[in-house]
Amino acid sequence: MKNKGNQAVIKYNRWGYIFLIPFTVTYLVFQLIPLFTTVYNSFFENYRDGLTQVGPNFVGLENYAKLLSNGELLMYTKNTMIMWVMGFVPQIIVSLFLAYWFSDPSLRLKGQRFFKTVMYLPNLIMASAFSMLFFTLFSNVGPINGILVSTGILKESYDFMSHVWSTRSLIAFMNFIMWFGNTTILLLAGMLGIDTSLYEAAEVDGANSTQIFWKITLPLLKPILLYVMITSLIGGLQMFDVPQILTSGSGDPVHSTMTLIMYLNKHLYSKNYGMGGALSVLLFIITAILSVMIFKFMGYGERSRKNG
Amino acid sequence: MDSSIKQSKGMNIHARRFISYLVLIIITILCLVWFYILFINATRSNSQLKRGFTLLPSTFLFENWNNVLHGTLPIMSGMMNSVIVSVTSAVLCTYFSTMTAYAVHVYDFKLKKAAYTFILMVMMIPTQVTALGFLKLVGRIGLDDSLIPLIIPTIAAPITFFYMKQYMESTLPLSLIEAARIDGANEFYTFNKVCMPLMKPAIAVQAIFTFVSSWNNYFTPALILHSDNKKTLPIVIAQLRAADFLKFDMGQVYVTIAFSIFPVIVVYLILSKYIVGGVTAGGVKG
Repeated sequence: MKNKGNQAVIKYNRWGYIFLIPFTVTYLVFQLIPLFTTVYNSFFENYRDGLTQVGPNFVGLENYAKLLSNGELLMYTKNTMIMWVMGFVPQIIVSLFLAYWFSDPSLRLKGQRFFKTVMYLPNLIMASAFSMLFFTLFSNVGPINGILVSTGILKESYDFMSHVWSTRSLIAFMNFIMWFGNTTILLLAGMLGIDTSLYEAAEVDGANSTQIFWKITLPLLKPILLYVMITSLIGGLQMFDVPQILTSGSGDPVHSTMTLIMYLNKHLYSKNYGMGGALSVLLFIITAILSVMIFKFMGYGERSRKNG
Repeated sequence: MDSSIKQSKGMNIHARRFISYLVLIIITILCLVWFYILFINATRSNSQLKRGFTLLPSTFLFENWNNVLHGTLPIMSGMMNSVIVSVTSAVLCTYFSTMTAYAVHVYDFKLKKAAYTFILMVMMIPTQVTALGFLKLVGRIGLDDSLIPLIIPTIAAPITFFYMKQYMESTLPLSLIEAARIDGANEFYTFNKVCMPLMKPAIAVQAIFTFVSSWNNYFTPALILHSDNKKTLPIVIAQLRAADFLKFDMGQVYVTIAFSIFPVIVVYLILSKYIVGGVTAGGVKG
């Protein structure tokens, strides 16, 4: 009987491999092989110059040297990170507060479902349509300028899309509006997953809501915070639709809203596979470094809190 | 000193409730005002729009809509293509991601740890990074200008997998699967009939996420789809932006934007009940 059971377990466990097949095959074909092709292409000179095709010729690391020396890469990395931080910092603060209020039983907030539904709504809006909407609303002849001028706040219409910080702010604001609801729902799910007896015990011990938030909610929420932060960072590096549509691909004013993926898109569109490949590989490395940094940062936070 | 301040802050429940509602109302306005303006402007004619903003809608919605339909933008086919891609992606992605998570969660096999670590590692890789190779592959297997390369790859979604795995750890006890086996269920049946129902809240959340990211997706489709009847809505919007919009009838521009936004809102209102209800129900139980 026992022997039969063991055999059955081994037989069951074979199903682990079977259930992994769809993922493995799809990943291999559509992600892993393309990744290697991308790396391979980064070592070749391969582009179109007018009607003539140059390459592919093996050039070693020349594409990387070109990419790193022309200063564009640094600028676009800076743009991307500035706009991500401008959107993410308010997002995580607002989301933490909202999720905490929603999950706090002593507050007994009414209309929670309505607020959650509203907050998640902008996330469903197609980024390019939302960006197009902002472009029309904030244009020189758009309704926002119309309202600002007619109420006397501005003397003449302000050209949002031709000033560096107003354009960046618009992009960051759109990212904030689109993603804070998503973050709130994720954080709320995490907060609701916390055993309520912990809160009750803390209350019996005389802890107030501020203490409960810092000593119970936040530490227990760390895995989900980590998840939110990593996915947001990955998303931030992929920032494309909003600035692409808002500036019609130009990244103007003076390339201050040109993101890394917009740069990559330019190379892919013009079929400059050598430079596109090198940029892809560098993006891959940047993503990896930033992910490791966040993991470490969160790890240190844990240690210092334990010491404190 | 410090603790007394905290104490008073903790005590004043009415003030906290007031602040919460105030912030929530501001946030609600920030979320909705854009769509309100969009709705108002979609109902107004070009000449009315040029005269400035009003708070009340006008009567030109259907005229604007009619003009768009008879215009040059492939709006209807764009809509169809977007629906096809997003729905099939959401179904395939959630089903197979749950299956992958199930494999790692339930079974004990040699490569289990390696598989889990591998998926966590590749979770960080943005799809854009492999877009170059992906484009070349799509060209080589003759799927250029087709919707298929936008759908099939969603089967392997590391982030969805990660979420499902996390969710399983808290809601899918192995004893339940053990019990199903004793009752004589085979493994595939157990996955479909025991695991999937329990995973419904997570599947609902992830189905929305996948649907949205697929619906929003502009980068890859813009590189793959070329002919007008294959284009998805984001590409149509980009076309609208690239044209000199001041020469356009602004009423048409607003209606086009509204058209790409409205269907998603309907889908969302149907599913949000399920999602928000599922999330809170789980919490109340605990």
